[in-house]
Amino acid sequence: MEPRPRSFYLLSAFFALFLLFLYGPTITIAILSFQGPGGGLTFPMRGTSLHWFRDLFEQQAVGDIWGSFRRSFALGLMVMVTTVVLSVMGGLAFRKKFRGSSILFYLIITSLVIPSILISLGVGLIFSQSGLEVHWSTSGFGSQLTWTLPFGLLIMFAVFNRFDKSYEEAARDLGATSWQTLRHVVLPIIGPSLIGVALFGFTLSYDEFARTLLTSGSYNTLPLEIFGMTTNVTTPVLYALGTLTTVFSLLMIGLFLCLALWSTRRKARAGSDAGKGMM
Amino acid sequence: MALPIMAVLMFFLVLPILMIVAVSFWQATEFSIIPAFDLENYEFLFGSNVTYRVFFNTFKYAFITWVFTLGIGFTVAYFLAFHVRSLTWQIVLFLLCTIPFWTSNIIRMISWIPFLGRNGIANSTLLSWGVIDEPLDWLLFSDFAVILAFVHLYTLFMVVPIFNTMMRIDKSLIEAARDAGASGAQILWNVIIPLTKPGIMIGTIFVVTLVMGDFITVRFMSGSQSANVGRLISNDIALLAYPSASATAVVLLLTVLLVIGIMLRFVDIRKEL
Repeated sequence: MEPRPRSFYLLSAFFALFLLFLYGPTITIAILSFQGPGGGLTFPMRGTSLHWFRDLFEQQAVGDIWGSFRRSFALGLMVMVTTVVLSVMGGLAFRKKFRGSSILFYLIITSLVIPSILISLGVGLIFSQSGLEVHWSTSGFGSQLTWTLPFGLLIMFAVFNRFDKSYEEAARDLGATSWQTLRHVVLPIIGPSLIGVALFGFTLSYDEFARTLLTSGSYNTLPLEIFGMTTNVTTPVLYALGTLTTVFSLLMIGLFLCLALWSTRRKARAGSDAGKGMM
Repeated sequence: MALPIMAVLMFFLVLPILMIVAVSFWQATEFSIIPAFDLENYEFLFGSNVTYRVFFNTFKYAFITWVFTLGIGFTVAYFLAFHVRSLTWQIVLFLLCTIPFWTSNIIRMISWIPFLGRNGIANSTLLSWGVIDEPLDWLLFSDFAVILAFVHLYTLFMVVPIFNTMMRIDKSLIEAARDAGASGAQILWNVIIPLTKPGIMIGTIFVVTLVMGDFITVRFMSGSQSANVGRLISNDIALLAYPSASATAVVLLLTVLLVIGIMLRFVDIRKEL
């Protein structure tokens, strides 16, 4: 190995600073959420305690945190499953040119770049003007899909651009039906990427704010609840909640990453039996 | 196979846009909105000085954020792609950069409070070093805080696409340049940057559209003291002035699409996936 150039050390320091910038604030509020009962929103710490976490679990004056958490979790799962299924279908469809494929492509890009508040406003208006009731599981659900689907589809495009079609041809030559080819050849190969799509689907939905602002109706999702708290809660209970949901997000991310790692390993193990055949 | 996606986008993207365009011509009373065909909302919008100031502010935020995210994002991606030598470390460090993307933006904004507040870490550090005599007021709830939060939230939208294109640069090109006697800076300027342009464009599109369409970061980090177009819309919504909000939204959408349209002339997204 050639020796590291001096620029390597400069860039490493820059990268370390960047990570500090990225994670520093989050770690700070994690520390501050353990403030003693008399502590405020900034340092110094006045003792350490679990006071503010206990506050979250007790009968609260601060709103319906656990209800909103349950709703956000359910919505996240709904969005996740829908995003994965629709993205795979869309990815498969886009392997061939079809009528309207370029229109759909531009719609997907539009969906990605459109200011979120427009979706919120538009969907809200449609529901209110047609007499439907906005609800997180209908209007909120659809609005969030306009944010998660583009990510899911772009990932699927990237996956299928690198997909070796000869595997499918081989399956077909061996007499597999198109369903069997999909089930036993295509899906196992793209499996690990689907976990990535699921990760995007769940986390983007779980944290989405702007698109659910006018579309979730009278029952808030967690980000909406937290934002409501910022205007009237001035104690570290806000940090305690922030820390808890961040920890929850990190656990979910970790879970997805472990699943992805596991399924990549499994694919590598099961994918090739070269050299294991009979002599 | 593409039908379900088409259906979702039709109902939750195309229809809402059409609805907003329609409502932008409606009339509003204090309690309700009435279907009409009236240019009043647009006349008011273009006749008001506030509009121009707010649009200028929006572009200002977008431009400054773009400069910083590009500078930081490019440097980080360059480090990851060309200076980290093992693939495992590349993946680990890259994941470290992307994990915050999957956590809540609002909490990441809140977490600046203990840093920037009047009695926050930044002020007390500067005071103890003797750099300043009294706490700075402009750290939190200011344009500075808004830009800082934007850079904090969106730099990874630059890192990811730039890193992605850099990883696809054929390493033999760089060796060839070195063999031909190019210095490190020359390789960076004449080989790497031109080949990274598509990634830079995609990152730019993300950052610019996210900043231009934002309303919540500006509201929270400026303490409601600054405005961008998104806030103009959300204020109208809060007052139930939907027609006026819709007219502003239409102009914002056209502006964003125009900006994107110009950028897409420089890059073919489908080729970059």
